[in-house]
Order: sequence, then structure tokens, then C-alpha cells
Amino acid sequence: MSATNKVPMNRRSFLKSTAVVGGAMAVGFNVSGVLAATSESASGASVGFNPFVKIGPDGTVAVVIKHFEMGQGTSTGLTTLVAEELDVAWDKVAVEFAPSHDNYKNLAFGGQGTGGSTAIANSFMQYRQAGAVARDMLVRAAAEKWGVDASTIMVKEGELSSGDNKGSFSDFVEPASKLEPNAEPVLKDASKFNLIGKNKLPRKDSEAKTNGTAVFAMDVKVPNMVYVTVLRSPLFGGTVKSFELGDADKVSGFVDAKVLPNKAGVAIYAESTWAAIKARRAITAEWDNAAAEERGSAEMLSEYNAMLDAEPTYDATGKGNLAETETAAKAAAKSVSADFHFPLLAHAPMEPLNCVIEPTEDGGVRLHDGCQFHMITHPTVAAILQIPPEKVDIVTYYAGGSFGRRANGGSDYHVEAALAFAALGGKTAVKLVWTREDDLAGGYYRPMFAQRAHIGIGDDGKIAAWGHRSVAQSIFKGGPMESIAVHNGVDHFSVEGIVDTPYQLPMALGLTDYESPMPVLWWRSVGHSQSGYTMEVLMDMAAEAAEADPVEFRLAHLDESDDNQARFAGVLKLAAEKAGWDGKPMKGKGRGVAVHKSFNSYVAQVMDVSVDADGAISIDKVVCAVDCGIAVNPDVVRAQMEGGIGFGLGAVMRNEITLKDGVVEQSNFPQYEPLRITDMPEVEVHIVQSDKEPTGVGEPGLPPAGAALANAIYAATGNRVTKLPMASNGVKFA
Amino acid sequence: MSITLKINGATREITADADTPLLWVIRDELNLTGTKFGCGVASCGSCTVHVDGEPQRSCVLPISAVGDSEVTTIDAIDTPQGKAVQAAWRELDVVQCGYCQSGQIMSAAGLLTSNAKPSDEDIDTYMKGNACRCATYHRIRAAIHRASDILEG
Repeated sequence: MSATNKVPMNRRSFLKSTAVVGGAMAVGFNVSGVLAATSESASGASVGFNPFVKIGPDGTVAVVIKHFEMGQGTSTGLTTLVAEELDVAWDKVAVEFAPSHDNYKNLAFGGQGTGGSTAIANSFMQYRQAGAVARDMLVRAAAEKWGVDASTIMVKEGELSSGDNKGSFSDFVEPASKLEPNAEPVLKDASKFNLIGKNKLPRKDSEAKTNGTAVFAMDVKVPNMVYVTVLRSPLFGGTVKSFELGDADKVSGFVDAKVLPNKAGVAIYAESTWAAIKARRAITAEWDNAAAEERGSAEMLSEYNAMLDAEPTYDATGKGNLAETETAAKAAAKSVSADFHFPLLAHAPMEPLNCVIEPTEDGGVRLHDGCQFHMITHPTVAAILQIPPEKVDIVTYYAGGSFGRRANGGSDYHVEAALAFAALGGKTAVKLVWTREDDLAGGYYRPMFAQRAHIGIGDDGKIAAWGHRSVAQSIFKGGPMESIAVHNGVDHFSVEGIVDTPYQLPMALGLTDYESPMPVLWWRSVGHSQSGYTMEVLMDMAAEAAEADPVEFRLAHLDESDDNQARFAGVLKLAAEKAGWDGKPMKGKGRGVAVHKSFNSYVAQVMDVSVDADGAISIDKVVCAVDCGIAVNPDVVRAQMEGGIGFGLGAVMRNEITLKDGVVEQSNFPQYEPLRITDMPEVEVHIVQSDKEPTGVGEPGLPPAGAALANAIYAATGNRVTKLPMASNGVKFA
Repeated sequence: MSITLKINGATREITADADTPLLWVIRDELNLTGTKFGCGVASCGSCTVHVDGEPQRSCVLPISAVGDSEVTTIDAIDTPQGKAVQAAWRELDVVQCGYCQSGQIMSAAGLLTSNAKPSDEDIDTYMKGNACRCATYHRIRAAIHRASDILEG
């Protein structure tokens, strides 16, 4: 149980400010974090506290979703938790996105935001409690009306009954709203779940996303709004010296162009998106590039390699034994050495970045956004516009993907929109629109990584020494979450998945930070996006050196009396079993395996590839096993495994952002070719039955995918790929 | 220039520069926001609409080139193929973020109009231009087969 249902009730403190109109009820959490319930105003607007569940006078139920929906299924998942405890019919529950308020904080972060595959994990008890409190109030209201004991009342799909007494939610909403909520509601035993774990519960967002009615921030239009594009320096860190309008003012619909107050770019204002795009093409600017990044990727890579050769700055394993471990590994009779390179990667969500800022009557603003990190964006927009935070209202919409991009410590695109709004006078609504070219050249990439490992196999056939070096540009240093991520100089997210591997390995790990003014960011699965690849390719190489079967070799490094290692081994064995792993080579085909733990979930994959007569690789099939504790929505878990695998495969196959003299070389999808349907293998997902607390699924499907592919390619061709992307390093795909 | 556009069964009078892509007329002028902007270079397919029943990338189609053609967007697709595709998409819960799915559905409806019983290879070839960063491709393939079955009755 989370702390939120152990705190005593303190209902009076918020009722003082509550205007009870009656007829509706809401259950939620107030500033003390305790459960609360009250009536709502007739308009439906919440008063006095922030509802998580709202039940209208007609019995309609709405669940207020504190996380944003970027496709990961959170609007379905959190709704499932409430509907389960409330015993309401699934198709009678509506979904709405929460406003920006600390009462909607992510219990894993301490502020409102979505990331780190935490949405279900942190909401699991909280949303069930909200549903259970609402159910309990309705039941007690019915008990009073019918003159029966509450324990005799059954609730099924929104209908209450006790003996011959029958009624609907709508019959009891008003009396229920006047009752004291139960501070410690009894939650269902898992054996009584009707919805949680149900194999297929229709997604809440399917209909709107198949008929064009789902609203994304890109679709928002408010009165008198102007559209804004921004001309930015081609170099990261460059600032505007001056600009020339050229023929921009001849573009019909052009309104104005102004240097942003922070000199990061020139804002072009127009009456339509197209006019803002077209006018920007006509404008030229002079840039001050004194502090800008002017290196190219080749230069950066050679610097990374030089840093690998030098003594690492930080000792991530803390034993001061890197040199001796490397020496021991190299001296072993059977040993493995490899260098790995990982390129910069863009998130490239399908919906390019955008948001709308409009002035409100109280002198504040309303931000319309596919908002991922309210806890950062809200105060940042207030600070930029020099208004109190309570005068900033955020309306959250469906987000057309994110993969991490919509959240960052500086709220980059919100700042840009706020500056453009301020530069125009702060009285006119603005819609900032990025094009795909802006997106790919816009920075906030998955950092480059370089790694080097020396592994020695002992006489017992197991790994006896593992010396590992990593060079990475830190994501968290200098940002608002540095204190939680960086310890003794080590950014945990530069070494996660290596330093905390479930394998029993005698490892020493050194880390060196790479510095650049180019902004980097978490990208789906963060550090695991490369550590999953490194670790599992190295385990494959070590297994080969030890002349062992890759699955057996991995299992030999796991102690299954430990729960963590047992779950890791469990998915590996499940994937191997379901794929019919027998370790035998197949002509013209290759099979690879990988297993990785991330975000407290365990995922293993067996991947099959074919090689055609020209040596080109096709990815045929992936068998995936996942242990994410209780699978609240198994079909969403499967979808996230499918999507994580696809996202991971596309990246390792052919994606890279490269710089030439500091300028990004990829302009649009033809140069940053996303995974296509022709690349996508069959995917078969097996979910481990579990009664453990639910853990993340949005990211954990990704880390093993690249490694399983690399290992399959090696099995098929003998080509060991340690430099990515594969297509730039000698691998041809069909 | 003043333009008469036949769209979703209605005739609309609009004013736009001749080079304005159909996409931006649809979205900004007519407020039909189901059709999406993803790349602007006909490389992702999010902007796919039907022009005289054929899938077209509206982000690179100048409004001046549309002429008398009938434009249909996701907001109003009511062909048997379109409806079957939407039904199959919901049955299999294809969508994740959903941003590309209007375009996927318009392309899939186009495929089934020209090929009622496509193979996996037919699907891959036809749908290759529609990108999905959530990688819902596995379900898109299955849903197109399902829509084909629905149409067969």
C-alpha cells in the first residue's frame, strides 16, 4: 500500500472552500494527499480539490488521468484501475486529462509528469483507492435508502443490488456525495479482478484515433491566434546577431518577425501555418557562433575514442580496480575485447513539437500542449512570462508520440513559445509549430556513447573479469534533476543497465563525460538504449569464447535463489522455450537472444533473421517474454513490446544524427528513415503471470531488441556489429 | 486566388495562394484536423487523403492542382473499405499515439479498394510510405487482413 491511504482523513480543511451544489460526486486527493470526496458545481468544474473520479448526476463516470497519453496506453490503464474497484461497465467510463496541479503528481517523481515507464506503477494503488472510495460511498448511500446492511450490496457494471432492491449509480450519486469518504477503503483481492489482467479490454482512445476526432495540440485553434515558426542557428549554441526580412513580407498572411528575447532565434508570425513556414524561407540571419558547437561527428568520435584510451574520470563501480580487472581479463586464456559506438539519435515523434499559448482574462496564460512534464513546464512558463504560477493553466491533449522528447529540464519548446508570445506583446495567442526539419536539427538527442570492454573467461567457463569503460555526454548534469541522478560524479543514466546488471559479474566500470553545448536528452529507455545492446552482445561474445550455448551461458551467471535474478532468468527461459531455442545453426538463417532489465521490468527476446543471396538481412520474427509484475492491460503490454521492439530495431538498423562542422546533416525522414512496415518482423509476446506490483512497459521492450538482432546477424553471417547504426557499418538489409 | 474545393461531399469556397499545399487548406482553413502534418515532403503519409478515391499526400499537393477532383478526408470516409478498415483498427486496437493513423487508414482503404485480398507482401509494398514511429505495423498488417475478411462478409 502506498502512504496515501494510511494518512488520516482531513475533510474539513477543504470543505471550507467547497461550494456544494449537489447532484454530482467526485473523489480525489487534496493537498495533504488524503482521499477526499465532495459534490461538484453544476457546471462540472471541480471545486476545492482535484478529482480523480467524477460521477455525474446521471451516473456517468469520468476518470481524470494525471499522466499524458503519448500512445503508451495510460488513458486505458489508469481508467482500468478505477473501473475495477468501482465496478462500473467499461464502456460507460469516459476519460479526461488532468489540469496542471501538484495533486496530480507522479508519486515516483514528486511532481506532475510522465516518464521512466512509471505511469501504472505509481498509480496502481492510488487510482484503485479512488475507485474504491467512490464505490463505498455509493454502497453506503444505497444501504441507507434500502435499510439494509452495506455488506449485502452487490455492485456489477454500475448496477447495485441487495435482495429485491436494485438501482443504478444515478440513483445514489446525490446522497453518496454527502457522506464522509472512507479514509482506508478496502481494495479488491487480486482473485476478484474483472478488468485488471483481462486479456483484451478495448483501448479508450481507439475510436477517436480512427475517425479523426482525437485532438492533439497541433489541432488546437483559439481566437485571433497567430502561427509561429522560428529560424534558429544552424549551430547549437549560436545566437542571432541580425536578420533580413528578404521577401518574407510579400508572403500573404505574413504578420511580423522578431528576434526572440533570448536571441536564440527569429520568430516569424503569420496567419496560417503555411504562411509561417513559407515566410521563414525568405528570411536570412547573421549568427554569433562564438559559444556554438562547431565540431563534426567524425571529430567527436575520435575524441570519444581518445577518452576511452585515457584514464576514466569516474569509478562507477567504486572499487578502484579497473586497471587490474582489465589486465586480468586480457591475460585470461579465453578472452573477449570490443569497442562499441552509438550515434546521436533523434526521437522524431510523428507529431512535430508544437504548443499554443493564449492570454487569459486574469492576466495569465493558458498553454495548450501534449504536456509531458507539467512540474517543469508550468513554473518555467510562469517564470519566462513573469506571472505567478497560479495564473498559468495547462490543457493537456493527446500527444503524437514523444519517446522522451516532450519532456526536458528546460522545457525548450514551451520556452520558445512563451518568448514568441511575449515578443509579440503578450496579448495575442500564438501557436508555435516545428517542422520535421526543425525536429531533426533541434537537438535534445540521445547522446553518443563509446564503450570498451575486456572480458576474461575463467577455468570454470564463467566470466572471471570484466573491465568496462564508457564515455558519454551526461543527460542529467546541469539540469533540474541532477541531484537525484548524479552521485560521486557519475550520472547513473550513463551507466544504467551495466553497473546494475542482474548478472553475477566481476565488473569494474570507469566513466568519462563528454562535453558539448549540443543538448542531449533521455530517449526511449535512456541509458538502456545502448547498455542493453552492449551487455547482451558482449554476453554473446563471451559465450562463444567459452564455447557455451548463449542461453545456458547467461543462466550460468544468474543465481536463481535471488528474486531479481530469478525473474531475469525466468523471461530468458520463457522466450527460449517459446521460440524453440535449440542452439543449432540454420542455413541462410540466424537466431539471436538477448535479455535485459530496465524500469524494474524484465524482457527477453529471441530474434530470427534470414540472409538472401546478396547477403541482405530480413528480420523474420521476434519471440518476446516480459515480466512486468501484474499486467494491468495485457494487450497494452503486448502493444508496448511490439512498439519498443520496432523503435529499437529502426534505430540500430539505420538511424543516426550526424554533424558536419556543427551542422546537422539529416533534414527530414528521407535522411532519417524511420522503421517501415517492410522492416517489421512478426512479434509474439508472452507475459509472465505474476502477482507482484506492476512495473513499466513503455520502454523495457526496446533494450534487448538491437542486441538480439546483432546476435542473430552474427549467427547468420559471422559479422559482429559493435558500431551503430548497422547500415553504416557494413550490414545490408533487404 | 479564390478556389472552389469539393471536399467531403460539400463545395467550399476558399482563398489561398496557388502553391498552398492541400493539407494546410484542409487543416487551417477548413478546420478538418483529422488529417495530420508529419513531414511536409510526402515521406511519412500522415497527411494522406483521397483525391477522386485515390490516396494522395496532401502535404505536397498544391491546392491549384486539385481542380474539380473530389477530396475525402478521414473525417468523412464512408466507403465500405474505409468503414471496414476503421472497424478492424478498433477490433485489434492498432493505435498507440494515433497521430499517423488517419493516414494509415486512408492508405489501407485505398489498398483494399484496388486489392480486396492483399497478401502480407501486397500490404507491405502498398503501406511502405506510411510511417508509424510507435511501430504499430504488426497490427496494421493484421487489421488489413481483418478488414478484408469483414468486406468479404
